Amino acid sequence: MALLELRGVGKDFGAIRALSDVDLTIEPGEAVGLMGDNGAGKSTLVKIIAGNFAPTHGSIAFDGQPVHFTRPVDARNVGIEVVYQDLALADNLTAAANVFLGRELRRRIGPFRFLDHRAMNRRASELFAELKSETRASDVVRAMSGGQRQAVAIARTRLSDAKLVLMDEPTAAISVRQVAEVLDLIRRLKDHGVAVILISHRMPDVFSVCDRVVVLRRGRKVADKPVAASSPEEVTALITGAKEAA
Amino acid sequence: MTDERLKPVSSLRRAMIRPELGAICGVILVFAFFLMVAGDSGMFAPAGFQNWLVVSAQFAIIAVGACLLMIAGEFDLSVGSMIGFAGVITAILTVQWGWPAWLAILVTFAICVGLGAINGLLVIRTGLPSFIVTLAFLYILRGLTIWLSILTTRQTIIGGVREAAEGDWLAALFGGVIFKGFFRWLGEIGLLETFARGARAGQPVVEGVPMLIVWALGLIIFGHWLLSRTRFGNWIFASGGDAQAARYVGVPVNRVKVLMFMFTAFCATVFAMCQVMEFGSAAADRGLLKEFEAIICVVIGGALLTGGYGSVIGAALGALIFGVVQQGLFFAGAESSLFRVFLGTILILAVIMNTYIRRLITGER
Ligand SMILES: Nc1ncnc2c1ncn2[C@@H]1O[C@H](COP(=O)(O)OP(=O)(O)O)[C@@H](O)[C@H]1O
Ligand SMILES: [Mg+2]
Repeated sequence: MALLELRGVGKDFGAIRALSDVDLTIEPGEAVGLMGDNGAGKSTLVKIIAGNFAPTHGSIAFDGQPVHFTRPVDARNVGIEVVYQDLALADNLTAAANVFLGRELRRRIGPFRFLDHRAMNRRASELFAELKSETRASDVVRAMSGGQRQAVAIARTRLSDAKLVLMDEPTAAISVRQVAEVLDLIRRLKDHGVAVILISHRMPDVFSVCDRVVVLRRGRKVADKPVAASSPEEVTALITGAKEAA
Repeated sequence: MTDERLKPVSSLRRAMIRPELGAICGVILVFAFFLMVAGDSGMFAPAGFQNWLVVSAQFAIIAVGACLLMIAGEFDLSVGSMIGFAGVITAILTVQWGWPAWLAILVTFAICVGLGAINGLLVIRTGLPSFIVTLAFLYILRGLTIWLSILTTRQTIIGGVREAAEGDWLAALFGGVIFKGFFRWLGEIGLLETFARGARAGQPVVEGVPMLIVWALGLIIFGHWLLSRTRFGNWIFASGGDAQAARYVGVPVNRVKVLMFMFTAFCATVFAMCQVMEFGSAAADRGLLKEFEAIICVVIGGALLTGGYGSVIGAALGALIFGVVQQGLFFAGAESSLFRVFLGTILILAVIMNTYIRRLITGER
């Protein structure tokens, strides 16, 4: 059974049709690259799946059940996590505090519930170890490199045992070496059976970690095929419109 | 995938370098200074102790509220006006309208905390900086206070509150002292000086622990616990550090901020009630400049003006420094106008030092 199934999804912003009639199926543990030019509708599609806003048309099913997300929490509750383009980390908090922000671990002493800093640090360290990242749980995020920040954001998705992780251009603003680090993190997620939708402008990213590539052009899906059956040249042609569809 | 730029940090260094470090050094320096210049002036005798502790406690009460609010990323410039307003409302209700003190106090708290909520909701809803919104309330509340006072009593000072509150259970929480028996016993066994003559001959020079100090300690402990031990405290840090990031992961940022505005108003009202019970009167000009004094304590205590960083213990130490300096100069016989020069200098030095410490902690450049 498919993990996520979109049927005829569309989104209008006033007179602008940002997305029209998109069908998309994601299988458990599958990594799908979502590509397209600026304004093609990639972020809009991801935000619909993440519950940031509801689609104007079409329907969504998750784990075989029809779902209607109105808030990000709704999506999170069924097991969809997002790593936002700007990462959405609180710079002033430690890595562990960021991983647990909004779902802090607490310890009960009598009628009071205290934050369990030690348990959160320990659990976050385990997650970083699992992701083979050198990030230290008790370090403040502000001082971290782009790759480490990605590790924090991704560790957060591991915490809830998410089934689907959405990543909006995770490699857009980081150095070459850190890109390799992030791609490794994505492979780790796949190893754990997590499905990933990866938005990226970088061909090598998609072709090295994804199983399938989906191309959007002006709000429409123009291609959806295994990366093995495509090529960077073909995808480039699809993105620019040199090739109509595949 | 190691990052060679990361240096291991020793746990001793970690334990030493805290937001409060600057304030701790400041306290040591200030005490050393006054021990030298005013050591034999009675400043460090029991009555002198009580004198500057009470002043520090006053600062601490409003600093705790200002601290949590600042960490949540907001300011409240209406604290001073709120102090005057709360006092006058209580005085009008008890003295003019003849309400029992407990009812007047409860209603005053309800009104003021409600005003705090309005401050917060306006900031959230309009998206305006809290600096502007609460600056408006600084004027609105001060004006209302004077107007209400003159309208009901034709003057700006309303006396007779202590008489009206005589024997009231709730008023007793804000005025007077506790542990009287203990202090009398200390006097009897000679551990505490007693008055040699006069109406209070034989009684200890310090009657007990003023309720003001009890409130200050209570609020400091509560604030510190809330901030460092509870989930809500984590949300306060997150709301002030990066509100958008906090919202994305489901932190109720608006609720956190509005509650902190309400808590700040609560602290201002506690201050006002203690003051009214101590003086036995309310005056429309009370609390002038208190908003800035609270903010100064918080900043001396290591908090970042832009939010997301700070400590309640630091703010309390800032209040202690403030109180000791203000009263110490008096004990040292210095020109009272020099107090402001001193304060300004301390503020600048503290902020420079705190900025340096913060960079060590957070790694920001
Ligand atoms: N909140 C919004 N309000 C109005 N228009 C929007 C909004 N978000 C996106 N759009 C429009 O929808 C289209 C697709 O945008 P987006 O999904 O961000 O593209 P991409 O992420 O592929 O670059 C663009 O024309 C953009 O201007
Ligand atoms: Mg985008």
